[in-house]
Amino acid sequence: MIPEIGHFALILALSLALCQGILPLIGAHRGNVAMMSVARAAADGQLLFIAIAFACLTWSFLQSDFSVAYVASHSQLALPTVYKISAVWGAHEGSLLLWVLLMAGWTVAVGRFSRDLPAEFAARVLGVLGLLSTGFLLFTLLTSNPFLRLTPAPVDGADLNPLLQDPGLAIHPPLLYVGYVGFSVAFAFAIAAMLSGDLDQRWARWTRPWTTVAWLFLTIGIALGSWWAYYELGWGGWWFWDPVENASIMPWFMGTALIHSLAVTEKRGLFKSWTLLLAISAFSLSLLGTFLVRSGILVSVHAFATDPTRGYFILAFLGIVIVGALVLYAIRAPQLDSQAGFHLLSRETFLLLNNVLLVVAAAIVFYGTLTPLLYDVLRLGKISIGPPWFEFAMLLPLLPISLLIAVGMHSAWRAQAPKPLLQRLRLPALLAIAIGILVPGLIYGRFGLLVSIGTMAAFWIMFASLQEPWRSFRRAKGTPAITRAMLGMSVAHFGVGIFALGITLVSAFTVESDQAMQTGATVQNAGYSFELRELRDVQGPNYQAIEGRVEIRKDGEFVGEVRPQKRQYLVQQNWMTEAGIDAHWNRDLFIALGDQLGNDTWSVRIQYKPMIRFIWLGAFIMALGGLIAITDRRYRGGA
Amino acid sequence: MSKFTLPLLGFALLVGVFVIGLTMDPSRIPSPLLQQAAPEFSIPSLHDPDVLVGSDNYRNQVALVNIWATWCPGCRQEHGFLLELAKEGAIPIFGLNWRDDRVEALRWLQTLGDPYIASGFDADGRVGIDWGAYGAPETFLIDSDGTVIHKHIAPLTREIWERDFLPLIAGSGAK
Repeated sequence: MIPEIGHFALILALSLALCQGILPLIGAHRGNVAMMSVARAAADGQLLFIAIAFACLTWSFLQSDFSVAYVASHSQLALPTVYKISAVWGAHEGSLLLWVLLMAGWTVAVGRFSRDLPAEFAARVLGVLGLLSTGFLLFTLLTSNPFLRLTPAPVDGADLNPLLQDPGLAIHPPLLYVGYVGFSVAFAFAIAAMLSGDLDQRWARWTRPWTTVAWLFLTIGIALGSWWAYYELGWGGWWFWDPVENASIMPWFMGTALIHSLAVTEKRGLFKSWTLLLAISAFSLSLLGTFLVRSGILVSVHAFATDPTRGYFILAFLGIVIVGALVLYAIRAPQLDSQAGFHLLSRETFLLLNNVLLVVAAAIVFYGTLTPLLYDVLRLGKISIGPPWFEFAMLLPLLPISLLIAVGMHSAWRAQAPKPLLQRLRLPALLAIAIGILVPGLIYGRFGLLVSIGTMAAFWIMFASLQEPWRSFRRAKGTPAITRAMLGMSVAHFGVGIFALGITLVSAFTVESDQAMQTGATVQNAGYSFELRELRDVQGPNYQAIEGRVEIRKDGEFVGEVRPQKRQYLVQQNWMTEAGIDAHWNRDLFIALGDQLGNDTWSVRIQYKPMIRFIWLGAFIMALGGLIAITDRRYRGGA
Repeated sequence: MSKFTLPLLGFALLVGVFVIGLTMDPSRIPSPLLQQAAPEFSIPSLHDPDVLVGSDNYRNQVALVNIWATWCPGCRQEHGFLLELAKEGAIPIFGLNWRDDRVEALRWLQTLGDPYIASGFDADGRVGIDWGAYGAPETFLIDSDGTVIHKHIAPLTREIWERDFLPLIAGSGAK
């Protein structure tokens, strides 16, 4: 009964989404207030019914109702309760339900906070969101219905994929989705602006806070995903250039470019058509990511349900949405022109460079992800593009960007006189150069060109980001404090510096070794000694594991003890690695059990990873910067 | 045509690639061994470490080489069908027991039945590397000149046997 209620609620939500997608757009076109006012009510109703559907599915999981096919394939009686809940979005059907739920949530929020916008504009934005929602609801109901029944019902379920039985993965997809879906708002604003033909700077200001919120969730979601991959996949890497990861980083690069380009459009009325194209691209790449992951067109360790019908459906949907947007763009963009000019040395120039480099970064990921497919389609053979290629290629856009951030931040709009800029940046530059040369040598005992450049860039960004907040902190009474927007920007850029430092040091100074270890054996790595004290069997709720107890010492001094596990999940029978990590702010010691080589002998992977925490810390600081920026007074009270 | 239609054209091309791409199976990786001479090998027998078995056991015949292990659930799944093939006398099957434990492997054959004309014991996986094995079960179809004419990854079933293997066997016989 409950699943049928959920199914029915989902159909009602679809009907409301259709109303929300059609009536307000017609209303805005004809100036019909009654039709426009449908939008908010329909959006509220849609959220209500999707929430009911979501609650019904969650209830089916909690009750272990295995007559629901989706529950039977992704849960099990012995599954801990928290994973029964996260299993709701643990596979294709449920994650789509989460997607439409979040989309409805965003839409209602847009409805609430758009009361000060012109009625036609708000109606168009909500209408576009309604059409998008219609597409996703149709996709869910027609190809991926999570409420389908199974007769006869099995006695027990097939269990949730063990990779997903982890707190990091329980919250990472929802955050990521909030980000993906959030870009649909920027997209809807861009479409609404193009539909109305009223493309002055105002739409850019209205779009900015929404874009920033979407971006900050995407940032946190990606960072959590990377952290999860680090301790769960057992290889000690933090980014694998897997197609699914690439699908999330492409919208991130585009979203980051969009945030910067929106600033120029809002403040100076420049880059208008470019900003529109970025708003379309950021969301299109989110959709494309969904397509790549769900259609099975690429091979990925994340491979979700792969079903060609679904692939064709998403492709058709993708085609309608993106082609529609791009046709509209091709019609409207030529009418945009801006008279305002800017000098070569100005903030505009640096933001332009930022945009070009970020788009190049996204293009590189795009190329690397899709080229194997292209080769396959053109029958040129099978190729695969791996991490070394990406790691090298990404340096091309990202190294210049990290060197330019500091200069861009301190440049004025329109024109910047070279002398004061030089004066202001001289001290951080000199400090950064000194640290860049000294730190790798003094602390890690090795010099290198790339590591010096990376360290230098990182400190250069950090120092330059601190200058404005520091000045505000020490300002004379009566002079204005730093604005929230400026502070947010400084914090976010500081996060970029932290992130860059983490990447540089991890890639340069990781020490890793693979060893065969017997109980009682001791291995030396990076100045630490690791003794495998004991191997024992451990019983979990739905798995059994072999757990190693590894004692870590440095110069005889006890540092810590970790317990890496090799788990076998009982239902699905696959083996999972739970790494043992001794974490410290400036280094991780990462120990993972590999394969059993013989009686009491295991291959053990031991890694010393300096500053790896800075990678995720940097990402969180970036997101915090976004959070500070949206509290700026400009955005409060709407337009 | 204005430059603003370029994004549209780019996307249209991409859709074309996707439409074709959807009809393909990305997990199908052709074995580099296809249409090549099968690797020659000679290793201790599973049943008796002092006896050597290998490519000589199926020379000049159309045969299957099946890579299996007791830790592999897919191998258990296909085992019944391999037994049927053996019972029908359809084709000689050489078993390569890969990265496994001798005692457990022998117990497996004793309890489930032994479909193999001979079984090699590849404890350290060296022969498996020559064959390009990256997961069990894998099954290779070898024609009478010792050429690999088909490779199947995943459990073998009658349906797959009739669809992919039988036509090739018929073809190689005609040659």
